[in-house]
Amino acid sequence: MEKIQDYAIIGNGRTAALVSRGGSIDWLCWPRYDSPSLFAGILDSEVGGSWKIAPLKPAEIKRQYIEGTNVLQTRFSTDSGVIIITDFMPAFSEKDREHSLQPEQEIVRRVECVQGEVEIQVVFDPRPNYARDKAVIQDEKLLGLRLEIGRQLITLRSDVKFTLKEKGAWAQIKLKANQTLDLSLTFTDEGPAVLPPLGDPISRKLALTIDWWQEWSNKVTYNGPYRAQVIRSALALKLLGFAPSGTFIAALTTSLPECVGGKLNWDYRFCWLRDAAFTVRALFGLGYKEEAEAFVSWLLHSTRLTLPKLIVLYDIYGEDIDNDVELPHLKGYKGSAPVRIGNGVRTFFELDIYGEVIEGVAHLVHAGGTLDHETQKMLCGFGEYVCKNWQKPDTGIWERMHPLKHYTHSKLMCWVALDRLIELQNRGQLKNKSNDTFVEHRRLIRKEIEEKGWNSKLQSYTQAFDGEELDSVIFAMPLYGFDGPTSMRMQQTLQRIKEKLSPKPSLFYRFEKSIQEGEGTFGLCSFWYAEFLARGGGSLQEAHQAFNQILPYANDLGLFSEEIDPNSGDALGNFPQAFTHVGLINAALSLAEREKKENKGSI
Amino acid sequence: MNWSGWLLLGFLSTLVLTTILSASQGLGLTRMNIPYMLGTMFTPNRDRAKIIGIFFHIINGWIFSLIYILTFEVFDIATWWLGGILGFIHGMFVLMVGIPALPGIHPRMASEQQGPTVVRQLEPPGFMALHYGIRTPISVIIAHVVFGCILGGFYFLTKG
Repeated sequence: MEKIQDYAIIGNGRTAALVSRGGSIDWLCWPRYDSPSLFAGILDSEVGGSWKIAPLKPAEIKRQYIEGTNVLQTRFSTDSGVIIITDFMPAFSEKDREHSLQPEQEIVRRVECVQGEVEIQVVFDPRPNYARDKAVIQDEKLLGLRLEIGRQLITLRSDVKFTLKEKGAWAQIKLKANQTLDLSLTFTDEGPAVLPPLGDPISRKLALTIDWWQEWSNKVTYNGPYRAQVIRSALALKLLGFAPSGTFIAALTTSLPECVGGKLNWDYRFCWLRDAAFTVRALFGLGYKEEAEAFVSWLLHSTRLTLPKLIVLYDIYGEDIDNDVELPHLKGYKGSAPVRIGNGVRTFFELDIYGEVIEGVAHLVHAGGTLDHETQKMLCGFGEYVCKNWQKPDTGIWERMHPLKHYTHSKLMCWVALDRLIELQNRGQLKNKSNDTFVEHRRLIRKEIEEKGWNSKLQSYTQAFDGEELDSVIFAMPLYGFDGPTSMRMQQTLQRIKEKLSPKPSLFYRFEKSIQEGEGTFGLCSFWYAEFLARGGGSLQEAHQAFNQILPYANDLGLFSEEIDPNSGDALGNFPQAFTHVGLINAALSLAEREKKENKGSI
Repeated sequence: MNWSGWLLLGFLSTLVLTTILSASQGLGLTRMNIPYMLGTMFTPNRDRAKIIGIFFHIINGWIFSLIYILTFEVFDIATWWLGGILGFIHGMFVLMVGIPALPGIHPRMASEQQGPTVVRQLEPPGFMALHYGIRTPISVIIAHVVFGCILGGFYFLTKG
């Protein structure tokens, strides 16, 4: 079974697929990220379904993305020859779409023999609806293999002759040097379907897709350290964005375990408001103004249905999400059952999300945006809600239902919500509103955090008021301007967190109970730590050291999962994870700022 | 012959027919999108094709409704059931003759004998448009029967 880090992502801003190092597409949901899966082999290699293209003989495998793109190339070197498989989902500009018919969705796999001769096998084994429905494949000869799933049609076109089996279809072909085999898998729910031709049109499609991605990645205005890793993170983040609505999902997958063999398996194919502010900052910081504005617009649009209350997560169009349901017929990744779809945390009472949304809007204003009357009213409504509710216990950023607590981070984000609203009022962006109430509650929240969030015995900020447990989320405290990274309290907290939550340099568990529950260290916390140092919590050299210590935990393509197993270094949890890549980008942005400041100082 | 009655009822009944076919697609009875299919005769752009296709479908509906009206005038009878029978015949004609002939006249539709090419990439409809979903014939027949019923049921009302 492949490891989580053995996967690569390809996509088109509507959905994405995971391609294994061994050439198998083991995760694909069509037509959206949260649609039922067509391939879910990553969750059960026998039942889930996959689409594998690989040499029959053992091969040495190397892979890479074509520079500045999300076009994947996997090179299989066997003792008889070498093939390169290029996997991508076509992406074009609207202008290019004008001139030719395009399928609604498509995955292209091009196999080129570049040396000697290689016998390859293609196994197409779709299992629709999370492998709950039977796949009846029909061979329509020149029109390709057809699979009807309700109103949807999947077609696979190729020049290779397939043999239909009881489950799936199978083909074998020997490719000689300079020979190419193209395969095109398309989806449609609208007839007539577009059946793309193979050969030269695929070459053109590939060229256009490479151009599109390179044009997009060349828009990055970031010129600081770790530029290559930052661009890869931006490209990964882009693949988790849903272009039609402007939002980002937390991760591509469901139920990849935070602890192998454990039950910490959740569906992340939704949009968490808690990720908002960091994501907006990363996008603006890289110069992706359009994406940042679209995301803020989605934030404001999606939250309208529940005003003034916010819910923890929404789907890609801002709709409510179903409660989680278990899929007992799937064994789960390395037997990590249950596999869940849907997510029940939407009903949780989580206070930090108000601060996240308002901070996201504040980033927009800092970048020159303005707020219309309706948005101003909405933001004030959030502020009033925070003033009425911040004294209540909640589930906290890590969504812990039992028991509800007065989480320090939740109070911090309530403080952020009011602080940013006051700032927006002072900037003239919230008109005709008195800010006295916001000022008073902001003062009260600060007082509470300073008195109850600080444990004088431990000499540390704690996870919850009057508590003794530590939490790595406290690294984020200076990022919001609540307490400086050089303050005595933050420095002491840093030491305590390093002592109790760090199993290896620059790796951090989320909190103490998460260690007992067997989960790995949290990727984002590592980047928060690096950013904390970069913002003054340590020397520039220490910040670089931390960043460099985290980078090797990415896979060979630069992709991060949610968590890292500190013992093996393996990726854990859903993959790839937007929050971790956002953390990388923000840490790099802070490092660049620090370098700039120090360079100025030395001049 | 009541020309204004034909223009009005031809337009209304075509709107209803188009709506029923769109609803059938939305409800998962068929994948067939008639405006998209017609519009791609003129442009490969999906969105623009649908707009152009709606326009041409309405023109087609008007032309076909004229045949219904002429039938009513010739037999000097117009009832919903006669309209329904004509609609059924019309629907069967569309399924058995009109749509299967499309690969021959549609510049972007592939044929089963030659497969897709750079220009011709649209999936051919197959017998009774079954390639667009096994329930496609049902939705086509229902839409055309309703089309005929509206014309037959209301035509003489417009004559006053």
